[in-house]
Amino acid sequence: MFNNLSDKFEGALRKLSGKGKISESNVREAMEEVREALLEADVHYEVAESFCGNVLNKAVGAEVLDAVEPGQQMIKIVNDELIELLGGERSVDPETGQIIAPEHIMYVEPGPTVLMMSGLQGSGKTTTCGKLAGYLKKKGKSVMLCAADLQRPAAVTQLQVLTEQVEAEVEGTGSVQFYGEPDKVAAYGEAVGVAVDVCRNALKAAKREKVDVLILDTAGRLHIDEDLMGELRRVNAAVMPHQIFLVIDAMTGQDAVNSAKAFNDQLELDGVILTKFDSDTRGGAALSVKSVTGKPIRFIGVGEKLDNLEEFHADRIASRILGMGDIVSLVEKA
Amino acid sequence: GKTREGSAGALRTILSGKQLSKELLRDLERAMIQADIGIKTAIEIRKDIEAGWERGEIADGDAALDFLKAQLTAYYPEWDRTLNFAPEGEGPTVILVAGINGAGKTTSIAKICKSLRDDGKSVLLAACDTFRAAAVEQLEVWSGRLGVEVVKGQQGGDPAAVAFDAAAAAKARGVDVLIIDTAGRLHTQSHLMDQLSKIRRVVEKQIPGAPHEVILVIDATTGQNGVNQAKVFADSIDVTGIFLSKLDGSARGGIVIAIREALNIPVKFVGVGETPADVEPFDPASFIEAMFAEPAAS
Ligand SMILES: Nc1nc2c(ncn2[C@@H]2O[C@H](COP(=O)(O)OP(=O)(O)OP(=O)(O)O)[C@@H](O)[C@H]2O)c(=O)[nH]1
Ligand SMILES: Nc1nc2c(ncn2[C@@H]2O[C@H](COP(=O)(O)OP(=O)(O)OP(=O)(O)O)[C@@H](O)[C@H]2O)c(=O)[nH]1
Ligand SMILES: [Mg+2]
Ligand SMILES: [Mg+2]
Repeated sequence: MFNNLSDKFEGALRKLSGKGKISESNVREAMEEVREALLEADVHYEVAESFCGNVLNKAVGAEVLDAVEPGQQMIKIVNDELIELLGGERSVDPETGQIIAPEHIMYVEPGPTVLMMSGLQGSGKTTTCGKLAGYLKKKGKSVMLCAADLQRPAAVTQLQVLTEQVEAEVEGTGSVQFYGEPDKVAAYGEAVGVAVDVCRNALKAAKREKVDVLILDTAGRLHIDEDLMGELRRVNAAVMPHQIFLVIDAMTGQDAVNSAKAFNDQLELDGVILTKFDSDTRGGAALSVKSVTGKPIRFIGVGEKLDNLEEFHADRIASRILGMGDIVSLVEKA
Repeated sequence: GKTREGSAGALRTILSGKQLSKELLRDLERAMIQADIGIKTAIEIRKDIEAGWERGEIADGDAALDFLKAQLTAYYPEWDRTLNFAPEGEGPTVILVAGINGAGKTTSIAKICKSLRDDGKSVLLAACDTFRAAAVEQLEVWSGRLGVEVVKGQQGGDPAAVAFDAAAAAKARGVDVLIIDTAGRLHTQSHLMDQLSKIRRVVEKQIPGAPHEVILVIDATTGQNGVNQAKVFADSIDVTGIFLSKLDGSARGGIVIAIREALNIPVKFVGVGETPADVEPFDPASFIEAMFAEPAAS
């Protein structure tokens, strides 16, 4: 089985902490193990390299080499660097101990605020639309979900069923309604721009109904598929969504940065939503995507149910990548 | 869908016509890691080449290239890449399809179904995903397009009960092949994994020797977590083959090499698009070439 990062770390640190004073080459050795562990956690190759370079620079400063417990100091540096790279958002303010609640969706006045989901096939866009609708309903918002995926069989029905589920199952003072044009599914593929029309019509309907938020569920597509990426750019130009999210499967490997970069280049993303974090993935894709696109991670999906959506906090993912939340809190207490 | 350009690009570029050196081997290791082979396997293969080089058995980059191809191709012998069928007169053949959420199970079933239909076999589908919104409708759309029937149950009902009905129907109607679609589930959800083994047992009881093929669908973009997926699914339902989906993207699918290192599960098919025709038999040689090809332009 794979050793996880925390095991590696402990091993490397035991070597370090056995020594009263450590040398630069001790630190280098430890960083080699960190690099391997990051790669095992699916952190992108180049991101892992530059990350280790940064940490090394900090670590060879007098801070670590002169520290009483150099190993512990190293962990703290790695952890802080991870949090920084992931966007710096902490769930608990290190100074005050207060829970921090950043705003994860910006609303525009007058509405509707238009959100668009994009991403590779099967990443979890449609499910996330349902979850976001529930999240907004709880906050008292009125929401319209638009089925702009005319490609995948039964995608329109899937979103419609989810809308009904949110209305029936999620408590909250807001409301959710569905917008779809199932009769256009047959025309899809023959006439270019059908999905663009559906989105345009949905925006009209959202204005008429005076909803607070309109969410567009788009078809899954490969970032290298020029026709489908072109369609997405046309939707973007026609509707001008206020926020575009890229939905990424948290179990994605090294390729996560390639697709995220391509989506970001063509759409100017506002944020990333990572799904399926309820698996045992170490989540290296999160770190890679953030550092390559610079776009913040806004939410994580942690299950198939409608309430399995959490606001993103960098520190939780950092300790997950490290697999050593306990060690970090020990260092912090010390 | 688009088939991948099986360009022999970068693998050649890295190795061909080159003197072996530590740096060259390091470049090769990096290419393997970026293909999701996993650092452990990448280091092992790099060390194997290094050892051969030191022993004087591998003289230069081209010899290393041949060694690498032979090594990886040997993971996938010819005989284990075809579908298993029930012995003559003992059908129907049952194919159970499983995998994590969104991996491509339902679409891959449409692909397998089409290729069986093209071979003149009669097929019945079982809609055992009673959980996800419109999962049954999705399978029904495919069945309509492919001209086969679906056995379904109640939304939210017991998937094992649907499997039972489907197996009975497949026998009664005398179809050649029954393909069972199951709900996506994470390998970490033990109650859902138990549900999957129950589906398997139900089919086993109804049709001796079934399921004849248990296909695990793995998304080609999957990272190192794929090894855990394969291990747990293999433990629960005795996987007989992998369907590597979405290889038409820019991911290299190297995770199947890491899986093969850890477990003895062959890859049988690759998915290269969203239509039923977008399927190819797994061909290790071209897979390996493409794994080290230049990155797709985006
Ligand atoms: N375990 C888990 N499953 C999830 C999560 N988010 C989505 N899923 C599941 O992932 C699968 C794919 O989700 P969809 O919402 O259909 O994905 P999509 O991106 O809309 O797919 P396409 O429209 O085909 O591109 C479904 O089985 C969902 O139930 C999550 O956070 N955790
Ligand atoms: N590009 C590409 N897309 C694929 C391929 N196979 C499946 N897909 C797409 O991936 C998405 C998910 O496929 P499904 O077949 O619904 O996946 P699933 O595993 O049945 O999903 P759940 O039942 O929700 O767990 C759909 O949009 C498919 O069209 C493939 O080989 N290439
Ligand atoms: Mg969808
Ligand atoms: Mg399915």
